[in-house]
Amino acid sequence: MKLKTISKDLVIIGGGPAGMSAAVAAYDAGVRDLLILERDSSLGGILQQCIHNGFGLHRFGEELSGPEYAHRYEVMVHERNIDYKLNTMVMDVSPDKVITATNSEEGMFYIRAKAVILAMGCRERPRGALNTPGTRPAGIFTAGTAQKLVNMKGCMPGRNVVILGSGDIGLIMARRMTLEGAKVHAVCELMPYSGGLARNIEQCLHDFDIPLYLSTTVVGIKGRDRLESVTIASVDEKRKPIASTMREIPCDTLLLSVGLIPENELTKSASVPLDRVTSGAVVDQDRMTMVDGIFACGNVLHVHDLVDFVSEESAIAGRAAAAYIGGRTRGSEAITFVPDGKVRYTVPQKITTRDEVNVFFRVANIYRNVRIFVRDGDREIYSAKKLKVAPGEMESIKLKKEVVESLSGQPLSIGLEVSE
Amino acid sequence: MKNYDVAVIGAGVVGGMISRALSRYDLKTVLLERRDDVCMGASRANSAIVHAGFDCEPGTMKALLNVRGSEMMEQVAGELGVPYVRNTSIVVGFSDEDRGKLEYLLEKGRKNGVRDLSIITGDRARELEPKLSPNVKWALLAPTGAIVCPYELTIAAVGNAMDNGVELRTGFEVSAIEHKDGGYVVSSGEDSVFAKYVINCAGVYSDKIAAMAGACDFTITPRRGEYMLLDKESGGMVKATIFRTPTAMGKGILVTRTVDGNLLMGPTAVNIEDKEDVSTTEEGLESVRMQADDMVPGIPVRQVITSFCGLRSVGSTHDFIINQKKPGFINCAGIESPGLSSAPAIAEYVVDMLEGSGLALKEKKDYNPTRRPFNWFKNLTPEEKDDVIRKEPAYGRIVCRCESVTEGEIRNALAMNPQPHDVDGVKRRTRAGMGRCQGGFCSPVVIGLLAQQMGIPFEDVTKSGKGSYIMVGRTKGGRKK
Amino acid sequence: MSKIVKEKDLTCIICPRGCQLHVTVADDGEITVTGQTCARGKKYGETELTHPTRTLTSTVLTADGSMLSVRTSAPIPKEMLFACMDRLNLVVVDHDVDFGDVIIPNILDTGADLIATGAWKRA
Repeated sequence: MKLKTISKDLVIIGGGPAGMSAAVAAYDAGVRDLLILERDSSLGGILQQCIHNGFGLHRFGEELSGPEYAHRYEVMVHERNIDYKLNTMVMDVSPDKVITATNSEEGMFYIRAKAVILAMGCRERPRGALNTPGTRPAGIFTAGTAQKLVNMKGCMPGRNVVILGSGDIGLIMARRMTLEGAKVHAVCELMPYSGGLARNIEQCLHDFDIPLYLSTTVVGIKGRDRLESVTIASVDEKRKPIASTMREIPCDTLLLSVGLIPENELTKSASVPLDRVTSGAVVDQDRMTMVDGIFACGNVLHVHDLVDFVSEESAIAGRAAAAYIGGRTRGSEAITFVPDGKVRYTVPQKITTRDEVNVFFRVANIYRNVRIFVRDGDREIYSAKKLKVAPGEMESIKLKKEVVESLSGQPLSIGLEVSE
Repeated sequence: MKNYDVAVIGAGVVGGMISRALSRYDLKTVLLERRDDVCMGASRANSAIVHAGFDCEPGTMKALLNVRGSEMMEQVAGELGVPYVRNTSIVVGFSDEDRGKLEYLLEKGRKNGVRDLSIITGDRARELEPKLSPNVKWALLAPTGAIVCPYELTIAAVGNAMDNGVELRTGFEVSAIEHKDGGYVVSSGEDSVFAKYVINCAGVYSDKIAAMAGACDFTITPRRGEYMLLDKESGGMVKATIFRTPTAMGKGILVTRTVDGNLLMGPTAVNIEDKEDVSTTEEGLESVRMQADDMVPGIPVRQVITSFCGLRSVGSTHDFIINQKKPGFINCAGIESPGLSSAPAIAEYVVDMLEGSGLALKEKKDYNPTRRPFNWFKNLTPEEKDDVIRKEPAYGRIVCRCESVTEGEIRNALAMNPQPHDVDGVKRRTRAGMGRCQGGFCSPVVIGLLAQQMGIPFEDVTKSGKGSYIMVGRTKGGRKK
Repeated sequence: MSKIVKEKDLTCIICPRGCQLHVTVADDGEITVTGQTCARGKKYGETELTHPTRTLTSTVLTADGSMLSVRTSAPIPKEMLFACMDRLNLVVVDHDVDFGDVIIPNILDTGADLIATGAWKRA
């Protein structure tokens, strides 16, 4: 017996903000034979459970909640009659763009695509990755799982909460749990600075007098069946806990907001080279990976702070996929960005077209009074000053068309000059 | 009070294998377990190795039963549909002094009847296992060494026993044993059963259970063993199981791939008092990391997806304690390593003991030693999967993304003997939540399926037995705990 | 020349940029905001020192037991957040609701409506 095989010009894997934006942009650029594959029972991805506001200021000029932001794109998808399959899991993507997928109605099937956009999003780092010693009781959740339980299932994970990690989801959940009647005793951050947005520290912690302990981590977990307490401690410059600062906090819940990891299992199955720093694919300015016709955008490419930027990036991928399907081929040259370390990574990592390009990047630490530079050999081709840059906030610069046209073709160094 | 021919106390791998061996015969057997699920003690947290049997002292019960158990395991695992891989064990030595220790192991192994042992050079060992440390000078090669999934094995053994008529009673924490009417009244609080024969497989508590029956001439010391489990991405670092030369505290820290393709390293060996303390420690995990790194340098610790701790039951005789101090009351105690490897042989041995003490064994006509594997779906070809999904659409819904576990597989596990009652029970049976995200995405779905199957509210589902509640209530207008 | 009677450093919460604001109040009541990069930041600085407000987001129960996400249509006084939570916790939505539909008009006289940020249909 042979499995059903269908053909599509464009298949978009993931129906979250990235996938929907890419689909809409591809449609608007002329692609009609396209299909979104979504593993969940509705479009929208993680935005479904992000009921807080703050989405859409860049994209729509107004402040929306996650479901509202997703709904805007869902409407656009419907208006264009873009085809999608829900409850459909992609099991494999081959380098020659054959997708193996499964769902209840159609069983296992193959899709042969001219172009593929990877938009699978990211997942949270679990407890195991931290190797925190202690017991393994109930009551330890990643912040996103707790968010799903509270917002989608209407269930309270606990009443007395400690949060490890000051990523945005952790901060948002500190407020959410507090509003629902829980007591958040502490938010602990291993680093000397928060990984979350300043506005979330303000409105999620300060508003509710929730203490944020920087350079602090959880060193012990107690409780046989259900969590009974955690022990926290300050850490030294090498991030090693200082024994004299250990303090036990009775609690029934520990939420973890300790980082997000792009979900690149399918990217790997397609033999797409990954960037070790972003854990996402290496891409050019079109968000095309190093495998022709396979694109990546959104949190599967690199973890974003703002969905607005996910939409923007995904639209780039969608338009470029349309051009690729229309016959545009990638130039043979590739100019590579080489971050200096203070700049940890760039997206795109490579430039293959002599045109204007927006370069997104993250920095390794909090730096003040910096000058961002890009050099082509000895020649500085970009320079801009900034009062403050932080790891939690993605930066972007624009290289103008004439600048890109003038490049020698050598690798470009990008970095920061810090004058404290 | 219900009457049984045999009551087995403790649903670990030993109790499970004995129950299964008894289920072949026309007997009324009950398996008593204090926890809410089977396989909640040492059987769920160990090295998952089927030892070849070279390091047991010749002439001991351990030596006898390990070698026999190791011979039986492939067939038993096959019948039970449990993954088993004969992946070879390699003991590495870093010096010529270690070579002496390897020679000694080889000698013991030959006395114990272990087949095909040989000593090879470090270079040869690195040909077999390229990631081995350049400092490895000599190695003992044991091709009969194997790996198995210990909790699947235990769950499947109990399940197969139940399919063949054995009754499982969970939540039955034995509080008293009374010798009466040529048998024993075994009580858990107000609840009691009567059995002509009692088999004590209570792990770290087997001394306490034996004492209740007045049949205790030993003590059990819990020995903590901490492990780290790595992502499947690292699973390919070694094919074989890599051991250090053993010490008085056991076989030392090993590095192995698991049958599911992860990399496992551990255990530590620290004797403790508390029979419940399965917490990991910073020192323990650090020593696992250091010692593993000696053998296989460069194991990526950032690939650790979980760490855990198990308690081995170390008996005061330093051998398995399998005896009948009182008529009809059989101890199976001190079953530390190589207990998993020995379990099928222990079962065979105990059945012989029972027969020797007068239990009539009449084979059942309808005994079925086989069981459909939990992972039957996973191993199908895409065409076969398509076929299954068309008949049962739930197999087209992926619940656990990391391990590709479908709703169909979870529903199947929920309906199979022994039925899981909590999230971890589903995880051990189906691997849902066992992958790199550790249940972040799938646990709410698994909770929903459990709630539906058990007919309880969503928020009442537990993680791992009573008291391990996941939620404290509902946010709006619902009950609050 | 007026005298400064109150000053405060704030992180603007209007957008993810999170501007660092410096707000002063003079004895003649004049409020001065610096550090903002848009007009909304100025307004935030002013209200934050006089009567801080927040948009409340939460969920309400529906008749089938599922949750419906909601928010206030405008920021409400900060001190009203918990009172509004208590109020919206009493709601059970039992009629079809679409995005933007009012669930509680003028919740607790704050001047803001509680609106749906999702859709729900009776089975």
